[in-house]
Parts: sequence; structure tokens; C-alpha cells
Amino acid sequence: MDFRHILNSKKIFLRVILGVLFTLTTCKTFAIQEEKAPVEAKNAEQEAFNPTTAILEHIADSHYWHLWGETSIPLPVILFTDKGTEFFYASEFHHGHEAHQGKYYTYKLIEDKIRVVNAEGAVDKEASSHIYDFSITKNVVALWIAGILLFIIFFSVAAAYKKTVGKAPRGLQSLIEPVIMFVRDEIARPNIGYRYQRYMPILLTIFFFIWINNLMGLIPIFPGGANVTGNILLTFVMAFIVLIVVNFSANKYYWKHIFMPPVPVWLYPIMIPVELIGVISRPFALMIRLYANISAGHIIVLSLISLIFIFKTLWIAPVSIIFVLFMDVLELLVAFLQAFIFTMLTALFIGTAVEEHHH
Amino acid sequence: MEQLFEGLLNDHLGFVVWAAVAFLILLFLLAKFAWNPIMSAITERERSIEDALLKAEAAKEEMARLTNENEQLLKDARAERDLILREARHLKDQIVNEAKSVANVEGARMIENARLEINSLKAVAMADVKNQVATLSVEIAEKILRKQFADQHAQDELVADLLKEVKIK
Repeated sequence: MDFRHILNSKKIFLRVILGVLFTLTTCKTFAIQEEKAPVEAKNAEQEAFNPTTAILEHIADSHYWHLWGETSIPLPVILFTDKGTEFFYASEFHHGHEAHQGKYYTYKLIEDKIRVVNAEGAVDKEASSHIYDFSITKNVVALWIAGILLFIIFFSVAAAYKKTVGKAPRGLQSLIEPVIMFVRDEIARPNIGYRYQRYMPILLTIFFFIWINNLMGLIPIFPGGANVTGNILLTFVMAFIVLIVVNFSANKYYWKHIFMPPVPVWLYPIMIPVELIGVISRPFALMIRLYANISAGHIIVLSLISLIFIFKTLWIAPVSIIFVLFMDVLELLVAFLQAFIFTMLTALFIGTAVEEHHH
Repeated sequence: MEQLFEGLLNDHLGFVVWAAVAFLILLFLLAKFAWNPIMSAITERERSIEDALLKAEAAKEEMARLTNENEQLLKDARAERDLILREARHLKDQIVNEAKSVANVEGARMIENARLEINSLKAVAMADVKNQVATLSVEIAEKILRKQFADQHAQDELVADLLKEVKIK
């Protein structure tokens, strides 16, 4: 009876929330429509909303961290040029409207990429090819934030283990421990075998790093919102580390399987390249999978939000919000799932590399 | 193709390096200060729990074994007690029987002795009585005779009677 009561109250609660939401949004719609009708017409003439550019801008890395409206944090720009190192803030670019006269060249932000421009303001391709952009971009900062969060969480958990030796976990520790046990018992042990302990640190780091970055990416405001794991460069770095770990922990059976596969010798010219491609393609698949999944999630959410701007009406907002809410919940699952799959496949590759064959 | 990769290194090498550095530092620090202590703590705790469970199981088995042993001991003791009791009863019976038979034999012997004694004593006494009776008889006869023969006449008469008797016969 109690149970049913709770269910009912939840339903009622949900209805009330939705009701309030609808009334608020509709009221607002009227208000804004009345106010902005003339302005909107003017804006529409000025520049049509292009969802593709807007979305790609949002999921791309940037030299600014956009907060709200016209406010954004300019991030430090570090350039390694053939003449020396340049250091200044991205605010110098004024969102790409102005060129910055540095120590060695004049730089301009074109599509959020730094290019050298000559006196007339045209791009100097030859000089640009000597510039290496090592700026602390939005994704780098997001990485650091995620890293600091991981430090804080796991240092405190490790401290809790020191404090409660041999006792039941408590607090954050009891939240984290099942996940660690999950990585150990469901990912590492079944795939790697008895040597799993050596690979636990890398697997746990990969798992929690991807997971926390995925989750941070779902938060639409400041400390989150960066599309870190949906950045193919980051997934490339992670996949490359996996490639190195797998191939450096590989035993002779693994290499024998690649260079002396159990097939007739005349098939070797085909088999060896295939096996070598396999070595590369497995981490490559990891890279693409994570990047595509997370980017897709971000793109869908942004597309749903863009509907409001495409239709130029707030009437569509409730629909957008409901779908975005649905997608965000789905993305919560995907965030965990992708972290799990990446770690799982890493463990699987390590497992095949360290497996003992007894022919 | 050239267009696609144009500026790839220039624009993105930096992020790759930053990301790699960040990830490797994270890996190193977490491994040293988080994963290793956490994993060893978990393993240690698991081992201690397993140990405790095994010990509890062993204690239970030991308990069962002890209980069994006690019961066995009790049973043995009871059986021994019964045996001892039975033996004692048997011994008692035997002793009583023996004593009885010994007593019977002894009694019979004593009775026999007594009887023999009595008989011999009776014989002696009878002999004595006979002697005394004989003496008394003789004395009485002497006294009577002396009295009878005090008077001459009476002696003559007696002789006459005796003679008469003898004649008649």
C-alpha cells in the first residue's frame, strides 16, 4: 500500500513540474515574441542561423571557454614558432576580429585556428606551417579539471582505505568500491587472467578518466561542457597508449601468431600484413568508437536545442527540452557504457597479448 | 588530401602532447597514490574475510568433532559402568553362593561332630548309670538279704520255699 502511495505521489509531482514548465515557457514565449518581433526581423536579415556551424563550433576545441552570452574566458595561447616561443591570452584576438602583433609574427584566429597573417591581413601559409599551437585550450583545461577531480576523489578514497583498514567501506568509498570491483571482476580478471593485477592501474585510470570526462561533457555549464572524449585527438592519445601497452606486454606467442601464423607458408604474404593491420586496427576502432559515440550524443543534444533557433519560436522549447532530457539520460548510460567498452576491449587486447598458448 | 591534413600538426600536435602528458601524469599519480593502496587494501580485506570464514568453518567442524567425541565418551563410560555393575553383581552372587555352600558344609560337619560327641558322652553316661544301678542293686540286695537273714526262722522258711519251688519244678 505504501509503495503504491509513493508511486502516486511521484506521478503527481511529475505532473506538477511539467505543468509549471509548460505555463512558464508559454508565458515567456508570448513575452519574448512581443518584445523581440521587430529585432528578430532585423537579425534574420543580418545573419541566418546555421545549425551546422553552431553545432560544430560547440563540439570543437576552442581558445575561449564560453560561459554565457558574450562572456567567455580567454585561455592562454602558447605558440612554438621557428623563431621562439610566444605567450599571450586569446583575448588579444577579440574573437577572431583582430590580429595580434606578437614578438615574431602577426597572428589571427581563423575558424579558431591560429594563422600567421602578413601586413595586408592575408594568411601567410609558409610562415603558418612553422607555428605549432601548444595553447591551453578549452579541452586541455577540461582535461585538467577532470584530472583534478579524479585526484580529489581517489586520494580521499585511498585515504579512507587507510583509515578503515579491514572494515566495511563508508561514504564515497562505498560508492567507488563496487565500480572498482566491477572493473576488476568483470573486466580485468575474465579477459586478462591471473596476471590481471599488473594492468589494474591502467584499466582503472582509463575507465574512470573516460567516465568522468563523458559525464563532465554532459554538464552544459562552466566546469563541464567541453567535448573532451568526443575529441578524436584525445581518443587517439588513449588508443595510442593502449596500442603501446598491449604490444609491449605481448609475449612470444602473440608475435609468433603475427609473424608465423598457423597457415601454409605461401599464405604468409597475405596473412602477415593482415595481422599487422589487425594490430593497428584494434586501437583504431577504440579511437573511432569513443569519439563517434560521444560526439554523436553532443550533436544530437545540440541539434534538439537548435530546433528552437531553426523554428524561431519558443513553442518548440518544451519538445526540445523533453527530448534533450531523454537524450541526457541516455547519454548518462552511454557515458558509462563507452567507458566500460573502451576498458573492456583494452583488457581483451591485453588478454590476447599475454595469453599463454600450449600447442 | 593535402587540404584535409593541412595544418594538422601545427594546430593539433599541441593538444595531443598536452593530453598525453596529462593522462600519463594522471596514470602515474593515481597508480602510485590511489590504485595500488586501494587494490592492496581490497585484496587484504578480502583475504582477511576469507580467512575469517575459513576459520569459522574450521571452528564449527571442531565443535562438531568435540561434541561427537563427548558423546562417544559418554556412551563408552555408560557401557563401562554397566559392565562394572554387571560384574559386581555377578561377583556378589558368586561370593554369596560360595559362602552359603561353605557354611552348609561347615554346619553339617559341626552337627556331625556334635552328634558324635553327644553319642560318646551318652554311652559313657549310660555305662556310668549302669554301674551305679548295679552297685545300688547289689547294695539293695545285700541290705535286703542282710535284713531277711537276720532272723533264723525267716532263713529256714526261705530255704524251705526255695526248696519247694525246686521240687515242684
